[in-house]
Amino acid sequence: MKGYLVLENGSVYEGERIGAEKDVICEVVFNTSMTGYLEIFTDPSYAGQGVVMTYPLIGNYGLTKEDAESKKPWVEAVFVHEIAEMESNFRSKMHILDFLQEYEVPGLQGINTRKLTKELRNAGTMKGKLTSSISDVDSIIKEIKEKTITNLVESVSSKESYTCGNGKTKIALFDFGAKQNIIQSLLKRDCEVTVFPWDTSYQKFLTGKFEGIVLSNGPGNPEDCEISIKNIKKLYEEAKIPILGICLGHQLMGLATGAKTYKLKYGHRGPNHPVKDLYSKRVCITSQNHGYAIDDKSINPNIAEISHININDGTVEGLKYIGKEIVTVQYHPEACPGPEDSSYLFDEFLKKVRAK
Amino acid sequence: MLFGQAAEFDYAGTQACRELKKEGIEVVLVNSNPATIMTDKNMADKIYIEPLTKKTVEKILEMEKPDSILPNLGGQTGLNIAMELYEDGFLTSHNIRLLGTSPDGIKKAEDRQAFKDTMEEIGEPCIASKVVNTYEDAENFANEIGLPVIVRPAYTLGGTGGGICYTMEELEETAKSGLHLSRVHQVLIEKCISGWKEIEYEVMRDKNGSCITICNMENIDPVGVHTGDSIVVAPSQTLADKEYQMLRTSAIKIISALKIEGGCNVQFALNPNSFEYAVIEVNPRVSRSSALASKATGYPIAKVSAKIAIGYTLDEIKNEVTGKTYASFEPVLDYVIVKIPKWPFNKFLTASRQLGTQMKATGEVMAIAPSIEQSLMKAIRSLEENVDSLELPKLKGLTNEEIREDLKHVDNERIFVIAEALRRGINVDTIHDITTIDKFFINKIQRLVRIEKRLKEEELSKELLLTAKKMGYTDKVIARNNIIANFKMVDTCSAEFDAKTPYYYSSYDEDNEAVSKTDKKKVLVLGSGPIRIGQGIEFDYCSVHCVWALKEKGYETIIVNNNPETVSTDFDIADRLYFEPLTKEDVENIVETEKPYGAIVQFGGQTAIKLTKALTEMGVRILGTSERDMDRAEDRELFDEALEKCGIPRPKGETVFTVDEGIKVANELKYPVLIRPSYVLGGQGMAIAYDDNEVREFINEINKTTQEHPILVDKYMLGKELEVDAIFDGEDILIPGIMEHLERAGIHSGDSISVYPTQHINIENQKTIIEYTKKIAKELNVIGVLNIQFIINKGNVYIIEVNPRSSRTVPYISKVTNLPVIDIATHVILGEKLKDMPYGTGVYKQSDYVAVKMPIFSFEKIKNADTSLGPEMKSTGEVLGVSKVFSEAILKAFIASGVNIPYKGNVLITVRDKDKIEMLPIAQKLDNLGFHIFATSGTAAFLEENGVDAEVVQKIWEGENSIPDLIGSGKLSFIINTPTKGKHESRDGFKIRRLAVESKIPCFTALDTVEALYEALEKGTKEEDLLPIDIGTI
Repeated sequence: MKGYLVLENGSVYEGERIGAEKDVICEVVFNTSMTGYLEIFTDPSYAGQGVVMTYPLIGNYGLTKEDAESKKPWVEAVFVHEIAEMESNFRSKMHILDFLQEYEVPGLQGINTRKLTKELRNAGTMKGKLTSSISDVDSIIKEIKEKTITNLVESVSSKESYTCGNGKTKIALFDFGAKQNIIQSLLKRDCEVTVFPWDTSYQKFLTGKFEGIVLSNGPGNPEDCEISIKNIKKLYEEAKIPILGICLGHQLMGLATGAKTYKLKYGHRGPNHPVKDLYSKRVCITSQNHGYAIDDKSINPNIAEISHININDGTVEGLKYIGKEIVTVQYHPEACPGPEDSSYLFDEFLKKVRAK
Repeated sequence: MLFGQAAEFDYAGTQACRELKKEGIEVVLVNSNPATIMTDKNMADKIYIEPLTKKTVEKILEMEKPDSILPNLGGQTGLNIAMELYEDGFLTSHNIRLLGTSPDGIKKAEDRQAFKDTMEEIGEPCIASKVVNTYEDAENFANEIGLPVIVRPAYTLGGTGGGICYTMEELEETAKSGLHLSRVHQVLIEKCISGWKEIEYEVMRDKNGSCITICNMENIDPVGVHTGDSIVVAPSQTLADKEYQMLRTSAIKIISALKIEGGCNVQFALNPNSFEYAVIEVNPRVSRSSALASKATGYPIAKVSAKIAIGYTLDEIKNEVTGKTYASFEPVLDYVIVKIPKWPFNKFLTASRQLGTQMKATGEVMAIAPSIEQSLMKAIRSLEENVDSLELPKLKGLTNEEIREDLKHVDNERIFVIAEALRRGINVDTIHDITTIDKFFINKIQRLVRIEKRLKEEELSKELLLTAKKMGYTDKVIARNNIIANFKMVDTCSAEFDAKTPYYYSSYDEDNEAVSKTDKKKVLVLGSGPIRIGQGIEFDYCSVHCVWALKEKGYETIIVNNNPETVSTDFDIADRLYFEPLTKEDVENIVETEKPYGAIVQFGGQTAIKLTKALTEMGVRILGTSERDMDRAEDRELFDEALEKCGIPRPKGETVFTVDEGIKVANELKYPVLIRPSYVLGGQGMAIAYDDNEVREFINEINKTTQEHPILVDKYMLGKELEVDAIFDGEDILIPGIMEHLERAGIHSGDSISVYPTQHINIENQKTIIEYTKKIAKELNVIGVLNIQFIINKGNVYIIEVNPRSSRTVPYISKVTNLPVIDIATHVILGEKLKDMPYGTGVYKQSDYVAVKMPIFSFEKIKNADTSLGPEMKSTGEVLGVSKVFSEAILKAFIASGVNIPYKGNVLITVRDKDKIEMLPIAQKLDNLGFHIFATSGTAAFLEENGVDAEVVQKIWEGENSIPDLIGSGKLSFIINTPTKGKHESRDGFKIRRLAVESKIPCFTALDTVEALYEALEKGTKEEDLLPIDIGTI
């Protein structure tokens, strides 16, 4: 069955419908990863977004839910060049199409993903509608423009707090849509992780005998998370324990301490982003997924200094807070998908935690 | 100082030289291969086309006193020499640094035991294995871990001498030969893990310790087939992110442990049923795989490696493709690469086509497309094997049982057998069980077979046509045309950033990215495809020089090629690069998009020439010699007419189609006769027949593939062969020089030792040659280059053939005469006249130096290939020896070709009866030099009668003290064996030649070659007495 992606600027891409047969409106972004489609589709940071996979063959190695980054896919829609007819991998339990059906994710295959990516790169990220009919493009555009996508963090964060593992170091995780592998990375390093919903009061973190706090990744515009920002400000001021911020967590700490964020033209989403550690001069290849960034000019030099930058566009990739044991990064040390090169950040964080 | 080596390293050396020169560094280059671009005068400050041996390199180091050596960009030989120089203290005592990787790092990567220890230290798994120095230890270890085992000799290129052993007998044979071949007499015995996935990563590291992976690759053929002989896809297809990252992390850990600064290749075996993996091998240098990775991603690995070696860090080096990003990022692909090796089996009919751990391919093709199916189909037609889909006609006649049986054979045709099996209804699971090839790939072949069936059975709908096109079917297969391809860009980043380099591949998605806005005239230059016997990098040399000349004249240049191991496919050579098959339809798509002013075909070998007619039909102007005139040189009747008009004689001959006609003509001409198909390069299918049976055998062989043109039967004339390359502008001729072949006519010119200037030709004959060259060039309306082969028989000059195109001797003659032949020819093609250029006309002034070009063979790699030389070309490369004195030049060439020069010792002589008389003076000379001669009883008696001492050795299967024992004893310096007629592998001569190859003893099959060797030995000159010569000073 034919399907279409209509962008808010009027461009139309034709393909064949896959997955659920429903129409959706979403923000359309592209990801350049060549592996890790399941991890991407189940990353809560993609809530509200439709993902274009630039790699043209998706579904090659099937999937196993043990690789999922959360309990379900969060992408609104997927746009791919070709879905593999036959998957092959010793762990595969499922074909990607069955997975999309099961979780009611709609998508298109056979669309010109390269052309679409170029358009998003040149015009910037846009909203779009996945639909089966384009008889009235004008009204579709109107519909797209009227649609607002908000409260994403609320929708992906855990509703209740809970604890995993029984390691000797107690870590509190502020969940704005945390990827499973952040928790796994901590558990693997002998931690007990208590996960708190996005709107938890800062006091819970200070009174719980925790030894360290991790601010997780998550979807959407960081400025939307006013409650979280207020609580993080308190944590900045009062917490005596080390804090590690990842992605949205990094942005929220920035906003809580007076810095500003802005929307990137088309974001960073892929497995190949070079980040330079300004202290060691070493470059790490990092996994990234963000549409917003902290404005380097808005950072108060008395509060934080830039520790990492992106080699490609010079944007802020990491901050070290002065006089505090707070380190935040814009990229994903937990990988999944993508390179594991920066997993040492967890080791460094826990070293500080355990030095207390 | 840099080293060069085989073809696949030319692009690397060229990139490195250009980069280092740009940095203001004085570059000294040593490479024995004259057909390379890197040995061009302007590539380095000092260029030595000299033997790549420790002694010669030491001498050059003493003369040039470089500060450092950059050993990791020129292949294994250069790396080995650098290590030897380091190990014996030469580098330290001369204050020369090794750049790139430390000697310690190289040792850890290259030495089997050191490598294993290092991997153990960092916790990276290897395969159960043991380094042994004797056969007894090999046997013991094999008993311990159980068969099958793999034998891998240390320090050999392409795994020479290795193999999988299923029985103790096989182990004995392989381990013994491996120990012999290894420089350090060391082999690794390892547990066989065939059936595992073979995955490679290309990694890069700088002095700060920043590491990136450029690309990973997955072999469709599981472990067991050498990666150079595997069909490879990039990126990996069947690895989930977990496995992908696991191996990536391991590769980075390894390059960090070895402290490599520059590029490195890590090969893994991955158990298809678990996360278990093992590191197979690490190459601490650019390799064949890095050439592929470089072209597959657009990331210039060699260039970046060179910059890292001189101290840059990855984040300081710009990514030239985007112009915005830096070298410190990982390319992401939004297309799929398929590489298929090009094998020389059509040249070696007796050779085993089985693939294993010993690489047999001479070259490779790469294809780019959005799907595996399309990429695979493009690669198949790029091979130029007369196959443009997965249908191999010869499989049609086999029964289902035979096909099923064939699936078990790991050989060059396996992919076609799989397709045929699917056609017969054998299912994916069964094929997977037999071949252990991943089902994912078998399914892709199944999809192609399904489309093939639909195309045969269904009405051709627009949907079916588009589907077929997207799967890579050509119009020729579909038999209709109304969809034109669009072009996408290779940009390193999956369109995340705007790219500046116009590097394209075709697809049937909408949106054509290859839109150019230029006021310049565009010229299409066709490349020469995969490296094969008869068509090597010489032609890439010509294509690249043509592009450079055109650019200089203000033209916009477009190159089309599909060989990743070339300079022409570097994205900064032509203005626009199309990585595409060189077939009519693929080129037509490019023509539709580019609408070039004209095309130049005369530099791209037979691959380009074959497209001349198609281009003319497309309405593309052929610049230079026209299609009609080119045809006049190939078409026998037209060619005879032209020669007659000029009054030039040639050996008598006729054209035939059938065996009966052939026999009739042969008897009229009287035996021996030369038989060959028309329109081929490298003497494909050419043979000398001495009787009716041989005519039958040879013509039947030629007719196995459909012939569009008649077969030529000529009187075989014995005599001196000469060769001329020339440039003609319609009025004047410029001949850089006349080359003489040391072996007489009957041995393919590409396999002969060639000397410039001529040593044994009188002035009268030279004059005739010049006169004939000019006459025939004018008659054939040549504009540009031409190549002519002459023969002198009883004092008379005859023309054997005229090729109105560039030949394989062009780079050689350009270098030794210091005349930029291709540059001049390109100017002439564009309409300039020789008389307006500063080079003069007629014969160019003769050089003060003598240059000897010597062929290189790869017989040891191809089991059961007959090594005897004949009219069909067998060599896979060439080296050069240059000196003011002929005997020294030839000595250098022998050394460079890898012949271990024997100054005394034992020689075995077995020649056919009719060669005995001619052999006598050679035997006498060897006797005088102090060689001890062994011969079979007849030959020995003949020698004794004529006063030459000879010891009798028993014929091949005559029991004690037979020839095999003698060869096996290691006592022989070399063997002289002239082949009896017939190519049959059961003959004694064949066995002797194979034994010699496998025991690495030089075996000369032409007496003229031995004569040449004698000239080299006669004066007793040693390698250390030879003066290296900077080619730039010639």
